[in-house]
Amino acid sequence: MTVNPSGWRPSTPVDEPGEQATVTGNRGLMLEEPLLFEIGDIETTGVDFADVETAASRLGGLERSAPIGLAGLSEPEAVRHYTRLSRQNYAIDLGLFPLGSCTMKHNPRLNEKVARLPGFADIHPLQPVDTVQGALEVIHELAEWLIDLTGMYGVAMSPKAGAHGELCGLLCIRAALEARGDARSVVLVPESAHGTNPATAAFVGYRVENIPANAAGRVDLEALRKRLGPDVAAVMITNPNTCGLFEPDMIAISEAVHAAGGFVYCDGANFNAIVGKVRPGDLGIDAMHINLHKTFSTPHGGGGPGSGPVVVSEALAPYGPLPFVARMPDGTYRLVEEESAAEIHPQAFGRMVAFHGQMGMFTRALAYILSHGADGLRQVAEDAVLNANYILRSLEDVLDAPFAASGPCMHEAIFSDRGFAEGFSTIDLAKALIDEGFHPMTMYFPLVVHGAMLVEPTETESRAALDQFIAAMRAIAERAKAGDPSLKAAPIHAPRRRLDETLAARKPVLTYRDPEPARAVE
Amino acid sequence: MRYLPLSDADRGAMLDVIGAGSIDELFRDVPEAARLKDGIPGRPDHASELSVERQLTAMARKNLVAGEAPFFLGCGAYRHHVPASVDHIIQRGEFLTSYTPYQPEIAQGTLQVLFEFQTQVARLYGCEVANASMYDGSTACWEAIGMARRITRRSKSILSSGLHPHYVSVANTMARFTGDVLDTALPELAAGTDAERLIASIDGETSAVVVQYPDILGRIADLSPIAEAAHAAGALLIAVVTEPVALGLIRSPGEMGADIVVGEGQSIGVGLQFGGPYVGLFACREKHVRQMPGRLAGETVDAQGKRGFVLTLSTREQHIRREKATSNICTNSGLCALAFSVHMSLLGEKGLRRLAEINHARAAKVAERLSAIPGVSLVNDSFFNEFTLRLPVEARPAVRALADRGILGGVSLGRLYPGADLLHAGLVVAVTETVTDEDVDAFEAGLKEVVQ
Repeated sequence: MTVNPSGWRPSTPVDEPGEQATVTGNRGLMLEEPLLFEIGDIETTGVDFADVETAASRLGGLERSAPIGLAGLSEPEAVRHYTRLSRQNYAIDLGLFPLGSCTMKHNPRLNEKVARLPGFADIHPLQPVDTVQGALEVIHELAEWLIDLTGMYGVAMSPKAGAHGELCGLLCIRAALEARGDARSVVLVPESAHGTNPATAAFVGYRVENIPANAAGRVDLEALRKRLGPDVAAVMITNPNTCGLFEPDMIAISEAVHAAGGFVYCDGANFNAIVGKVRPGDLGIDAMHINLHKTFSTPHGGGGPGSGPVVVSEALAPYGPLPFVARMPDGTYRLVEEESAAEIHPQAFGRMVAFHGQMGMFTRALAYILSHGADGLRQVAEDAVLNANYILRSLEDVLDAPFAASGPCMHEAIFSDRGFAEGFSTIDLAKALIDEGFHPMTMYFPLVVHGAMLVEPTETESRAALDQFIAAMRAIAERAKAGDPSLKAAPIHAPRRRLDETLAARKPVLTYRDPEPARAVE
Repeated sequence: MRYLPLSDADRGAMLDVIGAGSIDELFRDVPEAARLKDGIPGRPDHASELSVERQLTAMARKNLVAGEAPFFLGCGAYRHHVPASVDHIIQRGEFLTSYTPYQPEIAQGTLQVLFEFQTQVARLYGCEVANASMYDGSTACWEAIGMARRITRRSKSILSSGLHPHYVSVANTMARFTGDVLDTALPELAAGTDAERLIASIDGETSAVVVQYPDILGRIADLSPIAEAAHAAGALLIAVVTEPVALGLIRSPGEMGADIVVGEGQSIGVGLQFGGPYVGLFACREKHVRQMPGRLAGETVDAQGKRGFVLTLSTREQHIRREKATSNICTNSGLCALAFSVHMSLLGEKGLRRLAEINHARAAKVAERLSAIPGVSLVNDSFFNEFTLRLPVEARPAVRALADRGILGGVSLGRLYPGADLLHAGLVVAVTETVTDEDVDAFEAGLKEVVQ
């Protein structure tokens, strides 16, 4: 039985003026690729097995009867299918990827190599602890580095990504407040915060209120002071913030929050700007997640996996989750789980995940940190900030840069679409960047800037790459200001033109549906 | 430093363009008192690739590698052979170093893979729709409980005693803060599951019943009666699958009436990796899709009418809905979803079925041999590739003693349920296609010694 009896038909070739349509729909190296379910079938497999042994079934009478509908491919077909698909992706390996707040930096291949050492890749999370001492050493070493880099008291390593780390931090805060019998109901979040901040606070049961920003794009300290009170559990701040600016009043903010009995959570998504330059612990922060897939360069992988360890202050450390790794006086490592928690860590709020966190990301991040060392990490922050300011100053005469007058930015530069011709917006500039061979910047975020364009080049871009990007941006900005109608068609050189997102949401097609069997021709 | 392209000459020229006299001028908003004057104290400077590789390799050598020992561990993480082409594909830079596909015109590779992945997961689980992945099985399980609460507007969930204890712990952690009420119980070392307790506990307040299939002891029970009882009371059935290979042979939870099916996808394509990163699978009925957490890829057309894919239904998600989102999840487990999808397309239905048959046949033989050891008995009537033995001694020290003999001989229930004395004779043994006859001989001989 084939999954798709009607077979695949190539997309209708489209004639460009002066261009000969192709039979296949391919255009040279731009190759169309059908769906797995259109080229595979349930009788094909790309894996050889030994002959099946026979034994009486012990399946409790629940044997499957109907086919599942999983299409298979031979190995060459599979390798070709995915290789052809891969070529329809932009990637940091291909060029500058200035997605603000995402820190798309080079991913060193040494990190991939060490993560695949059998001693890390092929060990089970429930092996006896003395058979995994090297793995626990990696976790402990990385934890110590993160504590030193942030000047904090402790770190919870198990959160699986940034948003999961935020959850961990807020759970620590709520547990600490409950322990002192202090039920508070509100978390304050700036309007410019990542969407995960309010979503996390709501998930933990808090009401979310906005903190206003001042004209310079920073937290309005006086407004914050007025709002603080016995109902405020925490303030969630991103620093550097999502406008790419450092909060100069951070110490005063922390003092005010602490004086009101609350805690300061810092979204550490932008830690890349300050690593080795300033420690969050010296700014009065109580908890901060660190996206290992941002600052410490574990690959983004098309949407994960990430890893979000949370550094915490002494006040929150007793409530951190299980499990964690402890180094014993004899130099061995111990895994503190539910069993030993009662004696060592009795106030732990519990477990956030099965097993011990993102080991594969820990090895990569540790290799990255050891490669850079103390001097290299400081240079990372300095070059990231230098590159962003270079872009800011090279574009501020052609694009509106709302905070440029107030001084330098940190690791990302923000622009608005003010001055574009009527009917033209950020998306038109972004899509034209695709035709120039760049990934667009973050668009329409943060919400506090009209048509925001948030550009984060990172430290791993050369000056030549930045200059090429700046030249493309300048040219496109001029077209947007002049109202060049061809911008509306962009991109025209990508694997697809603009996609109809409204149609996708109105009539969701989320899985492949087998076509009706074709009728036999009479 | 090999990862930093700027030279000092570049830096000087760029500062001139910026109009700053020094790099420190760019950090002027950082309070003077908080600036690190002398870098990070007590830490070494940058190191060569050779040096870093040596340091990490030395740590890796301190671990006992599963592939170098007779290996029988499972309980939520399984050792399967992953074809070499899977790792080759996921290391292609276009997949490895791309971002969440927010710009669909230049992310069709990732988006089409996610659409295919969603289709594979939905079909495997017997559901109508699946999402683009969660962090892992334990967090997917918790998210399913939250989703059921939103659908039923009730907050009591009944968790089977056969649910992985770490999954129960995660749910308990979250419930402390969300007001969910969880009805939990410890498993018993017996052939029967707790289906009767679950059915008897369902009432008009019940949001969901959560059942693992096969369960933590490896037992397999029909979910249909639980689904019927739950539905009769207006509640949902959440099924949890920690070993997806099992579904190559046994009926899917969706077929038996489960409303939400979640689980761990690690067995297919991902590898053990000491517990992470893994990939959470999440599927449900189409009518509930707007309450689903996580990302979804959907089909559409481009401006020229060509088929293409986009992230869709994002009004459920945090970056649009903020505090009203269905979940706070953002980054998920994209690359592991790719690994799952590549491995699954190499297997195909035929390969998955044969893989499952080999696993089951080998497990059945090993169960027979080990339970023939004097004093050792098999707890299960039914199992797939994992079963529980009752030892005549406490299992945890036995596992420890086996490790001293170089044998990784299963997971003791004492490790998973440290306070539950009645379970301490239990040893959970997983047998996959990677286990050789020599491994079984060594395990059998070692177990005989340690239970004496």
